Amino acid sequence: MNKEITNILICGIGGQGILLFSDILGEVAMENGFLVKKSEVKGMAQRGGSVISHLRFGKEVYSPLIPLKEADFLVSMEKLEALRYLDYLKEDGILITDNFYMPPLPVLVGEVEFESHTIDKNLKEKVKNLYYLPAQKIAKELGDIRISNIILLGFLSNFLPFKIDDYLKVIERNVKKEYLELNKKAFLKGREIFSQ
Amino acid sequence: MKRALLSGNEAVARGAYEGGCLVAAAYPGTPSTEILEEISKYKEIYCEWSVNEKVALEVALGAALAGARALCAMKHVGLNVAADPLFSSAYIGVQGGFIIVTCDDPGMHSSQNEQDNRFYGLFAKIPVLCPSDSQEAKDLVIKAFEISEEFDIPVILRMTTRVSHCKSVVNLGERREKEIKGYKKDVSKTNLLPQFAKRRHILLEEKLEKLKEYSNNFPYNRFEEGKSDLLVIADGVAYQYAKEVFKDASFLKLTMVYPFPDKLVSSICQKYKEIIVVEEVEPFIELMVKSLGFKVKGKGYLPKFDELNPDRLKVFIKKEEEKEKKSDELPRRPPVLCPGCPHIGTFYLLQKKDYIITGDIGCYTLGALAPHYAMDTCVCMGASITLAQGIEKVNKRINDQRPIISIIGDSTFFHMGVPGLLNMVYNKSDIILFILDNETTGMTGHQDHPGTGRTLMKEETKKILPEDIARACGIEKVYVLNPYKIRENKKIIDKLLKEKKQAVVIMREPCIFLKKREKPKEIDIELCTGCKLCIKLGCPAISYEDNKAKINENFCVGCGMCIEVCPKGAIK
Ligand SMILES: Cc1ncc(C[n+]2csc(CCOP(=O)(O)OP(=O)(O)O)c2C)c(N)n1
Repeated sequence: MNKEITNILICGIGGQGILLFSDILGEVAMENGFLVKKSEVKGMAQRGGSVISHLRFGKEVYSPLIPLKEADFLVSMEKLEALRYLDYLKEDGILITDNFYMPPLPVLVGEVEFESHTIDKNLKEKVKNLYYLPAQKIAKELGDIRISNIILLGFLSNFLPFKIDDYLKVIERNVKKEYLELNKKAFLKGREIFSQ
Repeated sequence: MKRALLSGNEAVARGAYEGGCLVAAAYPGTPSTEILEEISKYKEIYCEWSVNEKVALEVALGAALAGARALCAMKHVGLNVAADPLFSSAYIGVQGGFIIVTCDDPGMHSSQNEQDNRFYGLFAKIPVLCPSDSQEAKDLVIKAFEISEEFDIPVILRMTTRVSHCKSVVNLGERREKEIKGYKKDVSKTNLLPQFAKRRHILLEEKLEKLKEYSNNFPYNRFEEGKSDLLVIADGVAYQYAKEVFKDASFLKLTMVYPFPDKLVSSICQKYKEIIVVEEVEPFIELMVKSLGFKVKGKGYLPKFDELNPDRLKVFIKKEEEKEKKSDELPRRPPVLCPGCPHIGTFYLLQKKDYIITGDIGCYTLGALAPHYAMDTCVCMGASITLAQGIEKVNKRINDQRPIISIIGDSTFFHMGVPGLLNMVYNKSDIILFILDNETTGMTGHQDHPGTGRTLMKEETKKILPEDIARACGIEKVYVLNPYKIRENKKIIDKLLKEKKQAVVIMREPCIFLKKREKPKEIDIELCTGCKLCIKLGCPAISYEDNKAKINENFCVGCGMCIEVCPKGAIK
């Protein structure tokens, strides 16, 4: 249906840097001459709740929200969240998710029971193109867990038609000077992993 | 031309800048907050966090009466707080252009209701413009200033969450300075004594007639001819969803929805047999179109609640297919208090008790949920203190002995809590009022307020302390405690709960976003007996694995609250 639009849904937990991820990617797409729409909800959900960001680019984009089953990519910073938003992914869409699992508070305090091993089983059953990326673990090795978002962005960039330099330029505009080198390193690391 | 990827809120700020706005005022509130945060980056504009929306609207109106272009911004419910001056401002009019930005929240992502503020235009007799993306948001701010000046009337710019927070590409222009006319005395215009107000009302009705003509010819109320014989009428972001779904239809995109462009709508509706109206929440446009005598499909197909999205619109095309729901059985991930949040220390002492606890709005409203269950009510800002007073009057009659507690945040206290506190003293209510003072407006992203000693323009100012206000209002028992000191606090609070006398307890400790993280705490596995008292704290950094507590080092901010509750000294 929307051949000319690329749809990317990014999800995770409030505080994981989801908005920065989609901000950077949105600007890269804009600088490559695309029209861009990006939608997310700020406020309440940001306090450790479930967060999603819709990013769409193409020649002409109307809705800022991706219709169900039309996402070309679903990128998740946590695997329960990946499962939660799976309905957005196209039949042949690509899921990239951190294999990190964070129990929601009601599970943590024992109010709700949940068998977390069902997540992997479900994801593997339902998604043809599934990439697990231990982004948080790699981020920690690089020295700061907060850059796992940029590692995932680097990994995703392998599938998109933009140049590495385009990303690095936009990253430079969007992160504080003292974290710039770290973020660039994270991007390149994520980018590399794919070819390994 | 310079282009930028801007959110609707950033675009409103840009429009204010380019349009020569001189004064902007707001009280924060999702989804409107970023408008003033962005405006504060343009040094040409005076801007402020006002203590509440009524104050913000009046400050901006004053500036407009002094001849400058002015804007105020608020979330939808903020306009209820500001409704009194809103209605009067329609009678009085302006000198410099005056815009009231309201950001509605269909879907209630961050709000207590889903009210549709287009009706405020109809009710208060003020024109309403509804942008559908960032470019329009910017352009319409500039347009709204012009309309306001041409017709001597305030203009409402009605945004919604998806317009405010969606980013799209915007062409940037330069600022055009507007000459400031200066304050002119004109009592018959600005003083609504009945004899003057009667004249102003007649004049207002005349202006609205002219504005109706303007709306009929307004280029942003736009007809787009399509291939099929379906006509879609839509406004705001609903227009974007509809364009995505009804690719061949003709469109009537409405932007100025009040005064309603009746002639334009009639002339186009006449040509179509099938007409659907796509709009979020209330049937505002639908009612208007029906009143012109046309049959349309709208609500009934679309819900009157929740936000729309492209999928929802498919009900017009075919019966919604049973969607294979993959995610139903998953546990929800509700928002939670942050690791080390000082509010946790207060809720720990009040949790799961048979106290009557009236609450308020802020991060601390999450104390109502698992695991604390320590907040019964959340009505609107300031209602904690006042609801409690009504309950107390009844309970005295029926001899209900439960302690009555009110909980309010610092920003909320300054916003609308102070009159309630005055009333509590004046009318002799024995309520224990907790003011959770984290020295910021946490919920909306850490804005300054009268208690922080800093203005929106980052100037130092007098720091106003809630305890000084409480004492000045005549409260005799005022305590200032540190919420992290759970053991000490327990003694004091238990005593107050037993006495059940009027008291104010200020729990002061900065929000974790305002201070440096300390070294994460650790559990000594040898000493931990797995008693779960620390789990009861409800700190998301603490979990339970293999019959022992565990601290997640990535989340822990090192506040040490858990040390206070561990009976075995197992946390270091
Ligand atoms: C009339 C109105 N204006 C604004 C808001 C948005 N809002 C909700 S809570 C809040 C302030 C919260 O600050 P505070 O009381 O200090 O509590 P905290 O979040 O810091 O715990 C605001 C501005 C609202 N719900 N209603």
